Amino acid sequence: MAGWFARGRISVVGRLMGSFLQKSRTIAGVIVWIGIAIVLAIILMAMLAPFIAPFDPNTKVANPETAPGGPFLMGTDRSGQDVLSRIIWGARVPLAIIAVATTMSLVIGLPIGLLSGFVGGRLDRILVLVMDSIYAFPGLLLAIVVAAIIGRGILNISFAIAVVYIPTYFRVIRNHVASVKQEPYVEAAMALGMPRRRVIGRYVLPNVAQSIPVIFSVNAADSVLTEAGLTFLGLGLPPGIPDWGFDISLNWQRFDAVWWATFYPGLFILILTTALTFIGEGLNDILNPLLRKKEYKSVAEA
Amino acid sequence: MTFETPEGPVHAVKDVSLRIERGTTLGLVGESGCGKSTLGRAILRLLPENARISGSVIFNGQDLSTLPAKAMRDLRGRNIAMIFQDPMTRLDPLMKIRDHFIETIRAHDPTVDVDGAVERAKKVLADVRVPSDRLGMYPHELSGGMRQRIMIALCLLFNPALLIADEPTTALDVILEAQILQLLQSIMHEYNMAVLLITHNLGLVAEFADQVAVMYAGIIAEEGATVPLFREPRHPYTQGLLRSVIDLETQTLYSVPGSPPNLLGESIGCPFYARCEKRMDVCKSVFPEIRLVGEDRRKVACHLY
Repeated sequence: MAGWFARGRISVVGRLMGSFLQKSRTIAGVIVWIGIAIVLAIILMAMLAPFIAPFDPNTKVANPETAPGGPFLMGTDRSGQDVLSRIIWGARVPLAIIAVATTMSLVIGLPIGLLSGFVGGRLDRILVLVMDSIYAFPGLLLAIVVAAIIGRGILNISFAIAVVYIPTYFRVIRNHVASVKQEPYVEAAMALGMPRRRVIGRYVLPNVAQSIPVIFSVNAADSVLTEAGLTFLGLGLPPGIPDWGFDISLNWQRFDAVWWATFYPGLFILILTTALTFIGEGLNDILNPLLRKKEYKSVAEA
Repeated sequence: MTFETPEGPVHAVKDVSLRIERGTTLGLVGESGCGKSTLGRAILRLLPENARISGSVIFNGQDLSTLPAKAMRDLRGRNIAMIFQDPMTRLDPLMKIRDHFIETIRAHDPTVDVDGAVERAKKVLADVRVPSDRLGMYPHELSGGMRQRIMIALCLLFNPALLIADEPTTALDVILEAQILQLLQSIMHEYNMAVLLITHNLGLVAEFADQVAVMYAGIIAEEGATVPLFREPRHPYTQGLLRSVIDLETQTLYSVPGSPPNLLGESIGCPFYARCEKRMDVCKSVFPEIRLVGEDRRKVACHLY
């Protein structure tokens, strides 16, 4: 790994960062920055939960269903627990699950996509078939099935969500590799005796790497919703752990009278999803070569 | 050498037998699509998966067509190297020149450390007359001629016995063309290599090749030493090719009438039959085997002799 960086391979990351920083004052750049700021704020909130949460999230601190106001900024829920404290603590679980799940699907989907796209032939056809059939399933439904099979717990639910997003990485990477494979420099590398693994790792991967940040953030956004959906259905976590989706499921039947106990967790799910989508869409505008070409064209015409 | 396609087998290269000795250049000429490049890639087994090769490629007494994939891979770049037509796109745009050398060296010899690899890179770069400060650059910072020199340098790292040059100068201007070919020539002697120069440019072949093989529709029409072949072409196709050079006196340009045949499916007879000015009845039905013609015993595939 050290050698990898030492030999300037960091340039992949550097290049992506470079083109991002160059564009950071365009609309897309601003959108990305807003997204990053919000996500960082939520991460910070989760990390500092023991210090900033006004109450213990699992203790009854007031009458149930107290309206927002006074010491209870967002009111209390049906068990008399402080909604704000539960939201602050409840950020930890979604963040952990998103991080683990998207990383898992990247770690599994990326190598399979690289291999499938590069090797081609029968292996490729089989993998595409398998991945497409996973992709065809509605994401939440698939996650429910997997979660039901492997049971509760943060790691298990992360895996259930990861399964849903593996095909996304696979498809994007596989198609990109299939086109990069045709590049003359890949043939030249082969003609110089480069082993296949090296060609994939050193020549193909850096050339498809630009797709990864985009899929990563878009998937992260989507997985917030899947996670909330799973915990809402009670499939995710052992009871007692504060979680936005879980809190909604606890209180939604009383939404008419006690709107705050449902509204605020829902609002935070929305904020986190939107922020991650901002990052993904903004990065897509910046890094996607097709969109970039259009931009060059309009500059040339002007 | 056959490609399996949905429409049926395409016999891209047929009955080809070539010999190249160290320190000499064999020019392989022919028009577009006649199988020149396919032949070059077939030697290195770099063809797509639908390609089938029958026969053998003997290199230093070893049959390359039956060599295990791993041995074949190690041989590429080490014993046989290849440069291509389009130097602009043959280097990875995301990799510094230095890394191209490091990757190539370490693919064959993982024990070499980075400093050792850079030292070797500097040595071969000096041989192709490229200043060593280019190592820190990315391909897009360099001109086409410079990139082709770097491709050549990458090929020279392991002192290969055979260098396949597939239209090495087609994408370059005339001055660079001459420079690159002179460079190839001097390197060929320095490194005592054999060079297979694949080109459609007869002038280049006349100037730089010791032997010439003229290819038409996947077969070798004529092969022999350069000077006598150009002076007295024997195959009607070679004669046509040599006439297809602009004549400044009359300002006319001859072209061989017709176009090359479709190689899909089985064919009988001479592939040049339809375009030949000297065709005979036998040409239609009998495939012309290579025969040795004349005092210089030149190889010609034609029923005329």
